[in-house]
Amino acid sequence: MSSAQFVQYLIAGITSGSVYALVGLGFTIIYAVSKIINFAQGEFVMLGGLLSFTLIHSAGLPLIPALILSVIVAAAIGAAMYLLAIRPAKKASVVSLIIITIGAATFIRGMAGQELTKAFVRSPSFSGEQSISFLGAHIDPQALWIIGAMVLVTIIVHLFLTYTMVGKALKACAINPVASSLVGINPKTMALIAFVLASALGGIGGIVLAPLTPMSYQSGVMLGLKGFVAAAIGGFASPIAAVFGGLLLGIVENFAVAANWGPFTSSYKDAIALVVLLLILLVRSGKLAEEERAG
Amino acid sequence: MRNYLKYAVVLILVVALLALGGISCSSGGGGATPTPAATPYKVGALFANSGNNYPLGQPEWQTVEMMEKQINDAGGINGHPLDVIMYDTASDTATAATMAHKLIDQGVVAIIGPTSTGESMAIKSIANDAHVPLISCAAGSVIVQPVGNFTWVFNTPQLDYIAIERLYTYLQEQNITKIALLTDTAGFGAAGRKWLVNTDMLSKYGLTIVPNGDQTYGPTDVDMQSQLTKINGTDAQAIVCWGTNPGPAIIARNMKTLGMTIPLLCSHGIAFQSFITTAGAAANGVIFVAGKLPIVDQLPGNDTQKVVLEKYKSDFEAVYGVGSANTFGGHAYDALNMVVDALKAVGPDRAKIRDYIENDIENWPGTGGVYNMSPQNHNGLPTDPKQAMVLVKIVNGQWTWLKD
Repeated sequence: MSSAQFVQYLIAGITSGSVYALVGLGFTIIYAVSKIINFAQGEFVMLGGLLSFTLIHSAGLPLIPALILSVIVAAAIGAAMYLLAIRPAKKASVVSLIIITIGAATFIRGMAGQELTKAFVRSPSFSGEQSISFLGAHIDPQALWIIGAMVLVTIIVHLFLTYTMVGKALKACAINPVASSLVGINPKTMALIAFVLASALGGIGGIVLAPLTPMSYQSGVMLGLKGFVAAAIGGFASPIAAVFGGLLLGIVENFAVAANWGPFTSSYKDAIALVVLLLILLVRSGKLAEEERAG
Repeated sequence: MRNYLKYAVVLILVVALLALGGISCSSGGGGATPTPAATPYKVGALFANSGNNYPLGQPEWQTVEMMEKQINDAGGINGHPLDVIMYDTASDTATAATMAHKLIDQGVVAIIGPTSTGESMAIKSIANDAHVPLISCAAGSVIVQPVGNFTWVFNTPQLDYIAIERLYTYLQEQNITKIALLTDTAGFGAAGRKWLVNTDMLSKYGLTIVPNGDQTYGPTDVDMQSQLTKINGTDAQAIVCWGTNPGPAIIARNMKTLGMTIPLLCSHGIAFQSFITTAGAAANGVIFVAGKLPIVDQLPGNDTQKVVLEKYKSDFEAVYGVGSANTFGGHAYDALNMVVDALKAVGPDRAKIRDYIENDIENWPGTGGVYNMSPQNHNGLPTDPKQAMVLVKIVNGQWTWLKD
């Protein structure tokens, strides 16, 4: 492998890893506050992509307003999902709530196919399609937007959780819901904020991804799965861990294509995510059980 | 109040499941019933009007809706209205099987579709065992070769290996000997790959696949840069890509990003406008093998298919817009026309329709080519690759005939 090839694989890995990271970030935020694993997380990436395409092409909006509006709509759908599907069933067990999120994912997917488009669509690139040379590798400018969006969003989320009152309340609720409600933090409001934040993050992932790769109403399933693996690598513990999990997954996947492991050709690229997930679950199962007992 | 909400959630989920399962139904475009007294002729149709194969299934669905209306507006078939019962398979083999059983129970005289090779294989035995003629719109040669006991099964598209021979012929003429493959792991791509790597096929055209040159990608992959980077490190002179939307569009874009200049050759699975819109400028220079529909304007006036191709294109585009006609809708056009011809000649009898299609579709110009069905050949198109298919090159976002 030449050094130019190495850089090329690495950049491809960081690009797809950034999208997984944004999805994984959403998984972690919701899990921390509500202990729900939101399997509709990938659908918000799909929504971000399809909404931005629809707003630009069908509604004829300029790029920036279309992108902002897409994130707002995705966040509103996340809020609606929480208020209509999760909150009314609040007394149900966490497992039931997780199953509800799977149902909501199916619903969102079906509605997007019916109401937006059933075709594969690609939004216009943000800043042209002329590739950029870097250490012998070639980069699509949109890949820089994706990586940049991920870095920026991660920083903003970190600052929000650390320095704002609402962010601190979210953290408090995640650490000890009973104690935080005693000091006047409403866990239901916090869960709503978590869902809105996570759906907005997914939406941002979708709008930056859509110019790089064509998306359809079914694109969310695999992205959701990869985001879940990203969050699992980080142990659902912290948003930053999920971001590193996503990047790691993207890089491993792309180097797996590069390597020649006998019969393991590029056909096994998707299997890598699942193998990584299985390994993590095996390695962490003891620790998870401990946490269960302690909790 | 809380209970109401619970029920509402359950209801929403049920609706969502139904929507996903593609259990939607349409009895077609309808149109005026010509003679209410005459019993309608019922024909079944199965197409992927949602899911991954939607770009292929949608034009097929639209073609059949258009034809049903045309035929009924013109007085039906021998005075009998045509009633097409059409179901969406949602690109799912299990749904296709369920819907095939349903159509047979509803008493259709023949079934046209489904869209993909996978779905067609799933319902091949169902139609054959029930003695209902099935005319598939999928290109896999496994559907009709060998005919064997499956005497009720036909298909209309140009077979995959003939398309591959057409591309390989071109590569040989260009003095290209070393190629790399990039194929989709799903049905169409996997079936095509078997022929692409076939040693007899490769040696016939003096081709070799370079080491590390047999790459694949998953149907949901968002990026193929790594596979292409690997190919870029070999001495391959051309890439043959076998798959349908959106993979080849991503590959074309990735190649441009990576600055790769070797030619990209694709299957007939990209013969629709959305390939050009999704790949953008990267579509230029891509070569693919196809039926003659994309280049009908450039055909000489004496071409045997010109009349039927022009009629299909103008009829379809009058309803669905300029540039919307493609070869996939053409496969459904040919399939339904065969059934309609059979109905005209022998009436609504399943066995007689089968016999008619097998024996009487001779020198029959369709959009896919000139068909000659026989008991040994249930595809009916010429097997000489140069006669069967053309090469199309995308130049300035337009399909151009690549004469060689």
